[in-house]
Amino acid sequence: MKLTIHHLYADMMNMYGDRGNVISLEKRCEWRGIDAEVLDVNIGESLRPTGCDIFLFGGGQDQEQTLLVEDLSGPKGRELVSIIEDGGVVLGVCGGYQLMGHYYETPEGERLPGLGVMDLHTEPRKPGEERLIGNVLVRVPDPVGDSLREVVGFENHGGRTMLGERAEPLGRVVAGHGNNGRDGTEGARYKNAYGTYLHGSLLPKNPWLTDQLVQAALRHAGEERELEPLDDGAEEEAFRSVAGRVRPRR
Amino acid sequence: MNPLLENLRLPAAILAARAAQFASRALGRGGGSTMPGVVARRVAPAVLKQLSRRLPRSSVALTGTNGKTTTTRMVGGILRIAGVRAVNNSTGANLVTGVTAALVSDADLSGRPASEIGLFEVDEASVPKVAAEADLKILAVLNLFRDQLDRYGELAYTGKVIASAFGDLPSDGAVVLNADDPLVASLGTQASGSRTVFFGVDEPELDTGTLQHVADSKNCPFCGTALVYDTVYLGHVGIYDCPKCSFGRPEPGYRASGLAMDGPRGTSFRLETPTGSRELKIELPGLYNVYNALAAAAVAGEAGVGLDDIVRGLEEFGGAFGRVERIQAGNREAFLLLIKNPVGFNEILRTFVSSSGGTGEADNVLIAINDNDADGRDVSWLWDVDFEMLAEKGARSEAAPPIMVSGVRAEDMAVRLKYAELPVGSVIPDRAEALRSALEATPPGETLYILPTYTAMLDIRKKLSDLGHTHPFWEER
Ligand SMILES: [Zn+2]
Repeated sequence: MKLTIHHLYADMMNMYGDRGNVISLEKRCEWRGIDAEVLDVNIGESLRPTGCDIFLFGGGQDQEQTLLVEDLSGPKGRELVSIIEDGGVVLGVCGGYQLMGHYYETPEGERLPGLGVMDLHTEPRKPGEERLIGNVLVRVPDPVGDSLREVVGFENHGGRTMLGERAEPLGRVVAGHGNNGRDGTEGARYKNAYGTYLHGSLLPKNPWLTDQLVQAALRHAGEERELEPLDDGAEEEAFRSVAGRVRPRR
Repeated sequence: MNPLLENLRLPAAILAARAAQFASRALGRGGGSTMPGVVARRVAPAVLKQLSRRLPRSSVALTGTNGKTTTTRMVGGILRIAGVRAVNNSTGANLVTGVTAALVSDADLSGRPASEIGLFEVDEASVPKVAAEADLKILAVLNLFRDQLDRYGELAYTGKVIASAFGDLPSDGAVVLNADDPLVASLGTQASGSRTVFFGVDEPELDTGTLQHVADSKNCPFCGTALVYDTVYLGHVGIYDCPKCSFGRPEPGYRASGLAMDGPRGTSFRLETPTGSRELKIELPGLYNVYNALAAAAVAGEAGVGLDDIVRGLEEFGGAFGRVERIQAGNREAFLLLIKNPVGFNEILRTFVSSSGGTGEADNVLIAINDNDADGRDVSWLWDVDFEMLAEKGARSEAAPPIMVSGVRAEDMAVRLKYAELPVGSVIPDRAEALRSALEATPPGETLYILPTYTAMLDIRKKLSDLGHTHPFWEER
């Protein structure tokens, strides 16, 4: 079976090391002999799901969000919603995460409609509030078993995302700011769609998360298989080095 | 404040600044490059305005993400040959306080400058402040790349900030812009009060064919449509056109063509200017230095320097501190190449580390990545660097040992190399220890190529200095 990694708006939302997430998925499939292909989906191009897919919906600059909102207001947005409702695997980062909610309010006060598939919205920072920037350590429930696992990453966002009652956070902030710097939540999860502010090279340092996305995509395509373990020594070192620096001391 | 009182304060400000400079040198703190400026401005808030008005040829300022220091030094070299004495701020002092400090130390106690012209490299965000106070005649914008976004926010905003200073230029002044960087070129429409001059490269041979993963602004700054590129040189820099509106790459008045790159040894090209053309060779590697040389030629040309002096100044230019630096370390050589962002990193890999072009000779390589403010706290940009080019067949010599990594983010760098399918050598976060071990691993008589981010470079230079291989930086001129 071939896994297709759909890189949404690869030509514009490529800041903050988005490419790290693509490479992590691609390589970890390749190392296990899973055929994987990366497909860039740009503005004006429609989605082409193949049955075994992961959709990466990356972060970009504010001014580009308007272009994406326009592009998603048509059939493409509707298709992405039905993919998510059907249990398809989607990872939205920064701008992509915000656009999965009800709306995104620009600093000028304009409300850009999102896909509305997640019960959340994003407000601009108020005068005097800082951008939320820095290393983040989040505790995330492991979908397999009920233990908690940790994820490290870097956030850089002005917008504050507020979760609605029906939204499930992706995890709890141990260090850093998360969704809004106030309620201790980070990201959101709905079925197999994940949204997060941990941008760019999120997956390389948290390889179990990469594997979880791959596993979910295979399962969604009807293939039950355990992923064989890889030697993650280097990744674990990188995780430990960041986690060790940011973890609050008691 | 009344002008008489202001003039009375000037000598006091200069005196206080001298004392501050002396004290900070005596304490061995950072070379004393901004402190005198801070002190002088406290005593006489208008000191920068007053001193810069007394420069007979006014001032020129250069800003942009990449190459400020190198280009400013190139202009300095040209002015020296033209016999024009320039006062310039030192590396790492590119805010308004650093510019003030430079002018204060150039003036005598009565406030009379020794120099004829001010030559300043200015941090992007500080341009409006410097333009409002210093008597700028020329402002050059070299490029705008993604760099330390966590400090400035968005790129387009940075462009707006810079353009807001254009109104402070006199009608006989000039805005010098990179024609090949769409965002920078688009600022030209906002330079209404003075003339606008563009520089650019015309060399179809250097088309990389694809927009690199690091390309920052590939959409039309006016209508948002994806730009159509005829040629891509590096990042988002190239020859482009907007398919929807009238925006396109402006015609450069200063142009480089017929480039022949000779790896680390430099580049020959034809320089065309409004006053004539010449063949020349610069001794700095990579296309980015051709851009630096072009910008320097444009700034000097617009400041009234003749073409002969421009060409001589560029040909005799040796390189700038910390950017490209060779240091003899016992019976080995250390070659330091500062890493600032993905575009620069790609250029360095292509020029030195990959031998695909036939000129790469770096076998022994140490990469050191820190994540302090000055390096950029977010290291996700490492994933935008095309390390994959080194994994291609024949890109590294068979005998080359694996790349060594160091820095606060050594482990992140190791993961990046792993996912590019490159073997990883030693992973030693401590810079001093990594340098010692990397020098030891370098065979005598060979060169160790060190690719550090800014603060990692300072750490490594300090270690080299402790080993007796170099001097503290404020001693350099
Ligand atoms: Zn346009």
